[in-house]
Amino acid sequence: MKTTSLALGLGLGLVAGFAAVSPVGAQESINFVHNTYRTGAFSGSGIPVADGVRDYFTMLNNRDGGIGGVRINFEECETQYDTRRSVECWEQAKAKNSVVYVPWSTGAALATIPRAHIDKMPIFSMAYGLSASAVGGTFPWVFNPPLTYWDGASVWIQYIAQREGGLANLRGKTIGLVLLDAPFGREPIPVLEALAREHGFTLKTYPIPPAEMQNQSSTWLAIRRDRTDWVLVQGWGAMNPTAVREAGRTGFPRDKVIGIWWAGGDDDARPAGPDARGYLALSWHQVGTNFPVIQDILRHVVDRGQSNSAREKIGENLYNRGVYQGMLIAEAIRNAQRLSGKRVVTGEDVRRGFEALNITAARWTELGAPDFAAPVALSCEDHNGHHAAFVIQWDGTKWNRASDWIRPDRARIRPLLEDAARAFATSNAGWPARSESCDQRS
Amino acid sequence: MTDATLATRKPFLSEGQRNGLIAGGVLALFIAALVVATQTGTITRNDWIYKIFVDPFVSMVDMPDLLVQTVWEGFVAGVLYSLIALGFVLIFKASGVFNFAQGIMVVFAALSLVGFYEFLTLTMGLPPGFVAAIVAMAGALGIMFVLAVAVERIVLRPLVNQPDIIMLMATVGLTYFLIGFGEYIFGGSPKVMITSQLGLPTGSTMLDFAGGRINIQHLDVAAAVIAAVMIGVLGFFFQYTRIGRALRAVADSHKAALSVGISLNQIWVIVWFTAGIVALLTGIMWGARSDVSFALEIIALKALPVLIVGGFTSIPGAIVGGLIIGVGEKLGEFYWGPLLGGGIESWLAYIIALMFLMFRPQGLFGEKIIERI
Repeated sequence: MKTTSLALGLGLGLVAGFAAVSPVGAQESINFVHNTYRTGAFSGSGIPVADGVRDYFTMLNNRDGGIGGVRINFEECETQYDTRRSVECWEQAKAKNSVVYVPWSTGAALATIPRAHIDKMPIFSMAYGLSASAVGGTFPWVFNPPLTYWDGASVWIQYIAQREGGLANLRGKTIGLVLLDAPFGREPIPVLEALAREHGFTLKTYPIPPAEMQNQSSTWLAIRRDRTDWVLVQGWGAMNPTAVREAGRTGFPRDKVIGIWWAGGDDDARPAGPDARGYLALSWHQVGTNFPVIQDILRHVVDRGQSNSAREKIGENLYNRGVYQGMLIAEAIRNAQRLSGKRVVTGEDVRRGFEALNITAARWTELGAPDFAAPVALSCEDHNGHHAAFVIQWDGTKWNRASDWIRPDRARIRPLLEDAARAFATSNAGWPARSESCDQRS
Repeated sequence: MTDATLATRKPFLSEGQRNGLIAGGVLALFIAALVVATQTGTITRNDWIYKIFVDPFVSMVDMPDLLVQTVWEGFVAGVLYSLIALGFVLIFKASGVFNFAQGIMVVFAALSLVGFYEFLTLTMGLPPGFVAAIVAMAGALGIMFVLAVAVERIVLRPLVNQPDIIMLMATVGLTYFLIGFGEYIFGGSPKVMITSQLGLPTGSTMLDFAGGRINIQHLDVAAAVIAAVMIGVLGFFFQYTRIGRALRAVADSHKAALSVGISLNQIWVIVWFTAGIVALLTGIMWGARSDVSFALEIIALKALPVLIVGGFTSIPGAIVGGLIIGVGEKLGEFYWGPLLGGGIESWLAYIIALMFLMFRPQGLFGEKIIERI
């Protein structure tokens, strides 16, 4: 029985976790407390992500004995995607000397950004959170690679232009944004508004209150009334499968509905069955198990019964995103060890490690993930990178790549972000000027 | 003419009719004034008064297909709200408790159904399809029955004759227990409702209407029919059977019912089981529109405005209330939502409910409570 095996797996995982933790206390270890939401209304999105990152670090411990010979003491802190609980998890992470805080919620990122430089714990909000935190001069403790929601908006519009035959053809079109009525949902609006003015399309926003996530029929009727040509979905949790279903119910062409990267889970498209075929989403990494790193996870974690995930869900889009995040953080820890010369690094060292992050195509191959994702490089100034993304399409059973790499319009986005960062610093009286030194790249 | 004849002379119109006439007259005058003002150009398309009072009605007439579609969507949503509200009403009638746990019972029932189906097809080797789905349905009903018995034994029986607030808190506790227990057994991953396996229709029909099209989902039609049948059966059950009469006796007074030999415990089990059946149906219908996950629990909050309109004690009230809220909020969101940036329906439902409350504090079909001092 699947449910029993899941519960059994959970139990085993817990037992294994305890067993692993107790002897480690005596040894050298690096603590990493990671926010998750395996329960609550957003667990559908939270579970695969949590499984991916957890399995990656378990694999590093089992295969390599950790990073640089030091075991990673990976712990989860359950937030239920609730900002208050997420802030409690910050306190917990701080108390346990976690080397990085991973909020997994834009609300939580916004709430903890003012604490990072005080508690000396870097925040890693991968492609979510405050877009302006890409500016390292203002936010030395916050990292949000590989691209921001603002870059996402730029990629969205470029992809639509490709399909419409050029940016000039956007004039007179109506593009709708179906968004979760929360800080996360509203993030792309400023850039979409600017692009609408520039290219002459009409932007319509359709906010979905969190309590109405599964009750969207009037939204999709309004989309029909407004004769919207394209629909962008900035959604999370149960909002996404409902949006895909409603698109099918109202007959809106699914290949003109594009989710943000967080609306691209397998469980977002699957429940709608054949109605979901053609649905699009942004992504920046591949799906599937056909990578040495995923095979290692299968061999060293899943086969030993140490994974919480069902075997068939390994390699799904959000699972691989968890793995991707794990690889970036692990690389930052490696950099921190190299830069500081210490084996057991601190949050301050890992902050430097993130600024030195430089995963080239060759490095991706060394990490066991050839062509898994585009090269990622950060710097003291640029904590995001504004890297390229691509579009994936659901074929009824799985995601397939449906476009080339699309680079966000960095020249346009970066000044907007710098303005926003300056505005943040002035509106938060006493925001400190950057005092952290910058390591020269070796 | 003496005072006595004055007092007994029947007025030409009752007070209610008079008020109705006055309100109708004012409304007609207002509409006439708006029409004149618009025609003469006193108010233009950019005035807020035009946007609020004229534009929505103009677009209703211009695009009648969308109006019908909106009303239909509201009707379907209303039927589904009624189903949720029905679960609350049943338990409130029998035990005077607002069952805080109704929302999680919906999730629990739906997860049991899907979980059983997975167990039967994946572990027991039953071929996937209708038979397995029906067996799973029976299993889910069994679980709801066990839950009803357990609630009666563990929660309600020790609390007989305690103040209502204690019972309410007990259902709050039950909610959190069921959330944790459900997550332990089924995990937090969303599941896909076994809609077609249960024999529920999928697909849709396009109807041409007044130059436009209306899209009728077969599942929505089935939901409306099933809900109607369910409500009819429940109405018959509680009106005409012995158990139904006993239930109504319990609702009137626990002590009086006990004194004539009605088993309170038995009635409670029956009522909680019935609420469980309603929860299962609600879970199937909502699960089919999205996925089956703990997020479905939020949907239960939709019952509150419905209960305010329909009253806590009336089955017809739950139905009419559901329809008023469903149609009202969809029309409001669709025609007036854009003026406020959209996303207004969650609070609009309460505004509609409060407007009813102003005129009928006991709800449309609720019992008028007269507490004498």
